[in-house]
Amino acid sequence: MIAQVLAAAVGTVAFALLFGVPRKFYFYCGLVGGAGWLIYAFLTQRLSATETEAVFFATLGVILLCRVFAVREECPVTVFLIAGIFPLVPGTRIYWTAYYAVTDQLALAQQNGFAALKDALAIVLGIVVIFELPNRMFHWLARRK
Amino acid sequence: MNQEAQSTGAVDERLVLETAMEAGHILLENGAEIFRVEETMDRICRYFGVERRDFFVLSNGIFTTGGQERGENAQPFAQVKHIPVRAAQLNKVVAVNQLSRDIEKGRYTLEEVRQRLEEIRALPPKPKGAQIAACGVGAACFCYLFGGSLRDALAALAVGLLLEIFILWVSGPHLSRIIGNICCGALITVLCLCLRGLGLGDNLSHMMIGSIIPLIPGVPFTNGIRDLVDGDYIAGSVRLLDAMLAVLCVAIGVGVIFIAYHRLWGGAIL
Repeated sequence: MIAQVLAAAVGTVAFALLFGVPRKFYFYCGLVGGAGWLIYAFLTQRLSATETEAVFFATLGVILLCRVFAVREECPVTVFLIAGIFPLVPGTRIYWTAYYAVTDQLALAQQNGFAALKDALAIVLGIVVIFELPNRMFHWLARRK
Repeated sequence: MNQEAQSTGAVDERLVLETAMEAGHILLENGAEIFRVEETMDRICRYFGVERRDFFVLSNGIFTTGGQERGENAQPFAQVKHIPVRAAQLNKVVAVNQLSRDIEKGRYTLEEVRQRLEEIRALPPKPKGAQIAACGVGAACFCYLFGGSLRDALAALAVGLLLEIFILWVSGPHLSRIIGNICCGALITVLCLCLRGLGLGDNLSHMMIGSIIPLIPGVPFTNGIRDLVDGDYIAGSVRLLDAMLAVLCVAIGVGVIFIAYHRLWGGAIL
């Protein structure tokens, strides 16, 4: 699991670079990406949560961290969020959907496509929930750290 | 705060509004959310004492009206700016955001703001070599993350490098987004099939998944959701549509090559 978290962190930093994030924020981006995968892996492997549940809670963690960092560094949340959410995006599901659709295994395609949609909605829900929290709370959190 | 601006008499309201639009342009072009664009433009206008101001920001355009309409120094201002969708460069968003904070602290005159915006606009993108390396490393990491072996990750690294080269020199400058994404999806599939043919990489699917991740439209997806949350429904739905279209196009590219491979060489696709 440690190797996986590390891979998630390094991968996130790589994408942060592709999106032109300033160098001084790479460390934060890596932290966000790694934390997201850590929560996801922990929930699915240790607590036998379903994929969608795990994605939801991991998204909550990711965005919470992003907002704390954003307040602390006085910069837009987008900087951490866009790369940080990547490990949770259901890329695998989308690939299998396309693969099964092409090979005419429509039941499997449907199953994977629906799973991808559920994961995407879990991300949406996670984003909505955390962005509803007032900014003041994050100022308080950022100051305490 | 804006007494200084008022005491000097007539501020050139048109110039202020133009400056605000320039700031908005840079933000929108480089992947900022709609509310941030509106807020930044509003901050700039408020600080320099423009009282009548209205902005309407869409995902690819800004509409502004403002300025004194009647009276001695009437300066009505109305402008529409079309801003095509481009690859995001978040360092510019960070820079404009910092600028707007500094303006509020009173560190800049209007002329200095305009100069600083020029500088921000000219900020160079990350060197191409670094972008290519990042794409490769990213693909390799995500391949490993989603269950690939180390050999798969190495193959994904190679595909990622070549993919970014293709994006930087071919699909980015010369192709439309739709055709570009289809070509990228097809390119990845061809490369993965070739590498597997050469005996590199164990599992085609894992190699593919890793290499596809750089094509995931992360910016329009996250920004689209956030715009919807903020109540910017038009911009939000356009951005989400953009994201869905990108995913669909990549899938088409992959699918076409799979079918072609199947027809040419027969047998199971995997």
